[in-house]
Amino acid sequence: MLSSLRTGVQGLLRASSRSLQTSSALQHDSLFVHRDTPEDNPKVPFEFSEANQKRVQALLDIYPEGHKRGAMIPLLDLAQRQAGGWLPISAMHKVAEILKLPRMRVYEVATFYTMFIRRPIGKYHVQVCTTTPCWLRGSDAILKALTEGTQCAVGGNSPCGKFSISEVECLGACVNAPMIQVNDDYYEDLTVEDTKEIIEKLKRDEKPKAGPRSGRFASEPLGGLTSLSEEPTGPGYGLQDALKGA
Amino acid sequence: MAGALTRFFKGAKPQFGIVGPLVNSNAVAVRNQQSQAQAPPAKTRGSPLADCDRVFTNLYGRHDWRLKAAMCRGDWYMTKQILLKGSDWIVNELKTSGLRGRGGAGFPTGMKWSFMNKPSDGRPKYLVINADEGEPGTCKDREIMRHDPHKLVEGALIAGRAIGAQAAYIYIRGEFYNEASNLQVAIAEAYQAGLIGKNACCSGYDFDVFVHRGAGAYICGEETALIESIEGKQGKPRLKPPFPADVGLFGCPTTVNNVETIATSPTICRRGGKWFSSFGRPRNHGTKLFNISGHVNTPCTVEEEMSIPLKELIERHAGGVIGGWENLLAVIPGGSSTPLIPKDVCETVLMDFDALVAAQSSFGTAAIIVMDKSTDIVKAIARLIMFYKHESCGQCTPCREGVSWMNKIIYRFVDGNASPKEIDMLWEISKQIEGHTICALGDGAAWPVQGLIRHFRPELERRMAEYACTYGPSKAERLY
Repeated sequence: MLSSLRTGVQGLLRASSRSLQTSSALQHDSLFVHRDTPEDNPKVPFEFSEANQKRVQALLDIYPEGHKRGAMIPLLDLAQRQAGGWLPISAMHKVAEILKLPRMRVYEVATFYTMFIRRPIGKYHVQVCTTTPCWLRGSDAILKALTEGTQCAVGGNSPCGKFSISEVECLGACVNAPMIQVNDDYYEDLTVEDTKEIIEKLKRDEKPKAGPRSGRFASEPLGGLTSLSEEPTGPGYGLQDALKGA
Repeated sequence: MAGALTRFFKGAKPQFGIVGPLVNSNAVAVRNQQSQAQAPPAKTRGSPLADCDRVFTNLYGRHDWRLKAAMCRGDWYMTKQILLKGSDWIVNELKTSGLRGRGGAGFPTGMKWSFMNKPSDGRPKYLVINADEGEPGTCKDREIMRHDPHKLVEGALIAGRAIGAQAAYIYIRGEFYNEASNLQVAIAEAYQAGLIGKNACCSGYDFDVFVHRGAGAYICGEETALIESIEGKQGKPRLKPPFPADVGLFGCPTTVNNVETIATSPTICRRGGKWFSSFGRPRNHGTKLFNISGHVNTPCTVEEEMSIPLKELIERHAGGVIGGWENLLAVIPGGSSTPLIPKDVCETVLMDFDALVAAQSSFGTAAIIVMDKSTDIVKAIARLIMFYKHESCGQCTPCREGVSWMNKIIYRFVDGNASPKEIDMLWEISKQIEGHTICALGDGAAWPVQGLIRHFRPELERRMAEYACTYGPSKAERLY
């Protein structure tokens, strides 16, 4: 295999100047490094709002003394919500200050997790699941309808600034495929028409109906229950002997 | 993450050192114990459950999920008495029930809990509940958290009592925002009713339950990565040993369990381990939530008995394969990381741990992805490899680099722009990844490829021949 590799490399050398790739390219959809921009630089002030400061305290309280660092992800999430769906670098600095940590510790967490978005983003963050279970049910058509409907490329913002579209990995609603997530809500069992309707409503800032669009309530089979059609049993049904009379 | 502990069952691996054989011999002991306790006529297959034998009675959200309604359905019934029976009693019930972890690896839960029964060295103990559900195909825990959250909270209390924990952290994936808020409301209700917190259920036992939301990383479903993530670090798995039972969350002994495992345990304690072990074949006892997605007429989540035949499950609950059973191409039986099985295996295979291992696949999380004959099977698997490439944490070289290579190669396979010699090369790469990484994500990425090559090699070769016919020999053919 080595000799064949060598011939392969030689062949490539002729074709391009960069013959050997020593490490994988970007794993995520966004840059790891921070670049100062007018809207995102360390000089932009960030302070948790009063309501959020109470939340910060509540979040810190659930971790034991000496391990307050555990609150990092919830705090970053809170900061992201306050900043309008994305995480400015000054918010990271604020979190580092609250947790009394070097800023680097916060940067490494904020770059690791895909839900922290370090660039300005539209009001509606549309995440399309395109992993195999959704793909089998036609997520490609949904993605196409979204990019056409919003004029927004995957991984970018729409010209109107209202939408951002991301292609994401499994969102954990596979029996309701295909599905999208807009901000915090799941829209499931979609067809292309449903997708168009959702975009149109969002363009008018109305809230589309979340959940499955096929007429079912949750994950039951469409068109008639095959289980759980009886009323649930009451307390103590089938209680074992060891607990009787206890 | 599926398969986090699967390696235990594949024989001792060198990285487990002395603990490997120890764990294995324990497993054998428990199995023997179970088979002796079993009545002689052991089941050979599962059959459809009666509604009264289902654990998750509000799976579809047709009833209210709040405390009052949950109590009407039998949750929080005699919890105090169960707690007062003590740790050993609960662990024994779980051992009798034969419950195996529902997160993918299938480690016996009773045994896992008994690891925590060491004399205290002053450190607190923690229970961590893994609700970072992200395996493609799997969406069972979501239904529990949004429609039956009290089962989970009660389970946390009982499991916490069994292992002597002082608090439980429920790590829920960040995307499940509405599910997390349902769960948070359920916890608040339980606190208010005095069911958890100080003197939980008037049993004299103090127990807290906290929710921790993640931020979108599949790898955090691996137990040690999950612990790192709760500690506010990057979710990169730790080397084992030390196992979490010795050094886990915040440096303290910790048990990590899946949501479904925990949520099943109160019902097992109430109705008895014997009741639970009356379902399923020996060593594969109980009931299980199955997710049936992909090319079926009515995709759904359903609770069924273990060891039910795959064909019966699909036809009974999911309305059959689109275009009829004859239109079936292949099935991924246990979430994305398990190797696919072709139609002829699907005809007879039972849905349980042992039967699927015998079929060279794995039970995983019982997330069935059905693919009919219209599927581009190579693209379906390639998309899964792209998933693993995206989700690799980048800590171990074989996984970080190897999965990227596999991704590149397999996407060329989709068009046929490759040399047949590369099929073996791809197999070789997958074998180099499997078992050479800290966690099982590398294994999970390697298995789908191996399944594809094992069962669909002619299809791969056909595509390459077709490509060569149209465009001439591929670049790879010329190079190698």
